[in-house]
Amino acid sequence: MSQEKVFAIPNITTPNTPVIFNPEICTGCNICVETCQIDVYIPHPQERKPPIILHPEECWYCGCCANDCPCPGAIQFNWPLELRGYWKNKETGEIHQL
Amino acid sequence: MTTWHEYLKEEGQPPIWPYPVRFGQEQEIEADVLVIGGGIAGCWAAISAARQGLNVVLVEKGDTVRSGAGGPGCDHWCDAPANPLSRVSPDDWAHHMAGRPYSNGIGIQIQCREDYDTLLEMEQMGGKIRDISDEYAGAEGRDDKTKFMISPRYGTIHSYLPDPRMGEPNFNPPEKRNNVVIRVWGSTFKPALKKECKRLGVKIFDRVMGTSLLTEGGIQGARVVGATGLNSRTGEFLIFKSKSTILSTAGGGSLWLMSMELGGYSSMHSRTMSGDGTIMAWKAGAELTKMEGTGMVMIATGLKHKWYSGAGDASYENVPLVDAKGTRLPYPIQGWVDAGAMVPAPGVEAKIREGIMHGKYELPFYGDFPSMPEVERRATWKLMLGEESTTRIIIDTLEKGGFDINRDQLQSYKFIEGQSLPQWRDVGYGGGLLVDWNLKTSLDGLYAAGTQMFAPEDHSHAAATGRYAGRKAAAYARETGHARLSRDQIEAEKTRVYAPVKRSSGIEWKELHAGIARAMQYYVSEYKTESLLNIGLNALKKIEMESVPRLFALDPHKLMRSLEDLSMLEYAKIIIQASMTRKASSIPLNFQRIDFPVVDPPEWNKFLTIKLENNQVKTGDRPQNFWGDMKKQYEAHNKDYTGVYKGK
Ligand SMILES: Cc1cc2nc3c(=O)[nH]c(=O)nc-3n(C[C@H](O)[C@H](O)[C@H](O)COP(=O)(O)OP(=O)(O)OC[C@H]3O[C@@H](n4cnc5c(N)ncnc54)[C@H](O)[C@@H]3O)c2cc1C
Ligand code: SF4
Ligand code: SF4
Repeated sequence: MSQEKVFAIPNITTPNTPVIFNPEICTGCNICVETCQIDVYIPHPQERKPPIILHPEECWYCGCCANDCPCPGAIQFNWPLELRGYWKNKETGEIHQL
Repeated sequence: MTTWHEYLKEEGQPPIWPYPVRFGQEQEIEADVLVIGGGIAGCWAAISAARQGLNVVLVEKGDTVRSGAGGPGCDHWCDAPANPLSRVSPDDWAHHMAGRPYSNGIGIQIQCREDYDTLLEMEQMGGKIRDISDEYAGAEGRDDKTKFMISPRYGTIHSYLPDPRMGEPNFNPPEKRNNVVIRVWGSTFKPALKKECKRLGVKIFDRVMGTSLLTEGGIQGARVVGATGLNSRTGEFLIFKSKSTILSTAGGGSLWLMSMELGGYSSMHSRTMSGDGTIMAWKAGAELTKMEGTGMVMIATGLKHKWYSGAGDASYENVPLVDAKGTRLPYPIQGWVDAGAMVPAPGVEAKIREGIMHGKYELPFYGDFPSMPEVERRATWKLMLGEESTTRIIIDTLEKGGFDINRDQLQSYKFIEGQSLPQWRDVGYGGGLLVDWNLKTSLDGLYAAGTQMFAPEDHSHAAATGRYAGRKAAAYARETGHARLSRDQIEAEKTRVYAPVKRSSGIEWKELHAGIARAMQYYVSEYKTESLLNIGLNALKKIEMESVPRLFALDPHKLMRSLEDLSMLEYAKIIIQASMTRKASSIPLNFQRIDFPVVDPPEWNKFLTIKLENNQVKTGDRPQNFWGDMKKQYEAHNKDYTGVYKGK
């Protein structure tokens, strides 16, 4: 096993990842940072990198950051496990969850 | 890399605060009209004042582009009886709506008279209000000529209550519908409002939290002549000087509940709604009313992935609810068949519960999208849910996850999610600032609009009252000059604002909020007596004396959250004091006093008012319908009203 540096960090807040950025697509334009009424994100110190999720537990799941992103695929909404909806195929009765 | 801890791992250090830190530094700004809160009401107020040619400043805690409850969208424009398809007159409908006890007849009259004009102005600015591309041709409620789409809500009577005639033959036929609610594409609204503000030269201060009002001579109860603000990214202190000021920061926050881990911030609203404006006005000496009334937190408490929770999944507008075997449930669906009813008639819920226990209905229940006519299915999914607000991301993620409205039934959480606890209350739609026919508060120079007022309504109400307040505040500003600001008042506010950043340990904002919420749950909830309320007030005073001096904030953002807590603490105390004043129980106020069990006795059918005078709490009252004859009063105050904006 590699000798990775292990930091002493307090427990991560829960939930902690309201969205997942795709660094390949995201241009780091920070429109989502500005759109969010809560300031869940801060801009990344390096240009063209996806923002940093700083206050995830304050997210009110309004979706505006993802809705207004100009680059399809750059930001994916990521519902916390306890908030993932269920549905049923009416014909087969098969049950699905997000 | 997306999360904070990933950054730490990769970079070997936490990110540095990305904005310049300017704690204590000042910026002074002058305005004719100052608007605090850039949500729906605030944007409309700023636009309408700017259209009068005045210098307007708009202060918003988030970013005006999507801030507030209406930032993400709005799918139904309520109470627009002046629209060409309506079958009721604005004055009649206003009268009807104001018949609900403890509603706000002034706001409702303004809404009914002016919100259709407001809607047309929304269209001028680029908001989408008609089915211009015929996407929903053939849908029920769609008018081929105007291309308006009437919504099934408020079908026969007001609000979401069931009509006692529901189920009778020929109930709610198309030719008899009142047609007062219009379906709209509200996700287009907020960016259009911000754009119009900018076009008109409104100076927008985003990420600035208003913290206090400044009064002439620094005296409580005197004319409001400005305000202070905190930039939540830089920590800078802003001083605004104004001829007139409009408060539109919406109502109180999540006072009874604090559990972020449930997801969705413990209430239907975001954290930005924390009662700041109400407390700013209160400290300045403005009169509040209806502060003892509370609602139940029923919507989206930790169930943010569904449209509504607790209240029922009826807001699958027109979507039939079926059980696991496909049996239709006798639950209203907020649609044409039940004239928009959202809650079931008495007894229905108990019957379904009984059916569940005895095997008549099998859990879980589903919204049966595939059984709907194709165009109705699309209208509900894409227009109603796609535009309502926080629902857009729900349908978007469901679709991406493989859900197909033509094939699949969506699970309903009604019944399996349990009941909302009586201790989970909400202040959102109850008390607020007392206003007159100019939407002026009891203080000169101070106006209020939208949810900031007592007994507020919905989106179109916020828009219409914002637009109206902007007009009236502009008229006042034109006739008055600037006053000198009191440096003592500013210094005292600066000391209060920056106290938490002087400490680096003690109590953090989340713990303080949870502490306030717990006191409210214990003492200001289902069981109310004089002594319980007293214990509650003392508990809050103890928090104020012992915990607030230990409140610490590590950066400008957390400082904003800490100040919000202080608003909430003060708000909570007002609720208790107002509750002590009402010595009777009341159903419309959701207010049960065990020591005064008589429900709504005639002598208590009145608004109770509360304010600070020389820092002492002073209570009073106003009769129900204190606004007088709504039609006459409206007309007397609006002889100069010119209708839809004709400027460029
Ligand atoms: C999920 C959801 C769906 C809804 N759907 C509909 C619908 O379809 N139809 C409908 O009619 N209604 C709907 N509503 C209600 C509607 O959104 C509100 O009635 C409307 O937004 C109220 O407008 P407002 O201006 O009073 O408050 P808001 O729009 O909430 O604006 C208040 C603003 O004040 C700002 N603010 C707060 N404190 C401060 C401060 N100290 N300093 C500066 N700024 C501050 C906030 O950031 C916010 O931007 C919905 C609400 C929600 C939450
Ligand atoms: S996710 Fe989208 S909006 Fe956010 S920075 Fe990346 S490209 Fe811009
Ligand atoms: S969903 Fe809303 S609150 Fe959450 S991060 Fe996105 S914009 Fe911010």
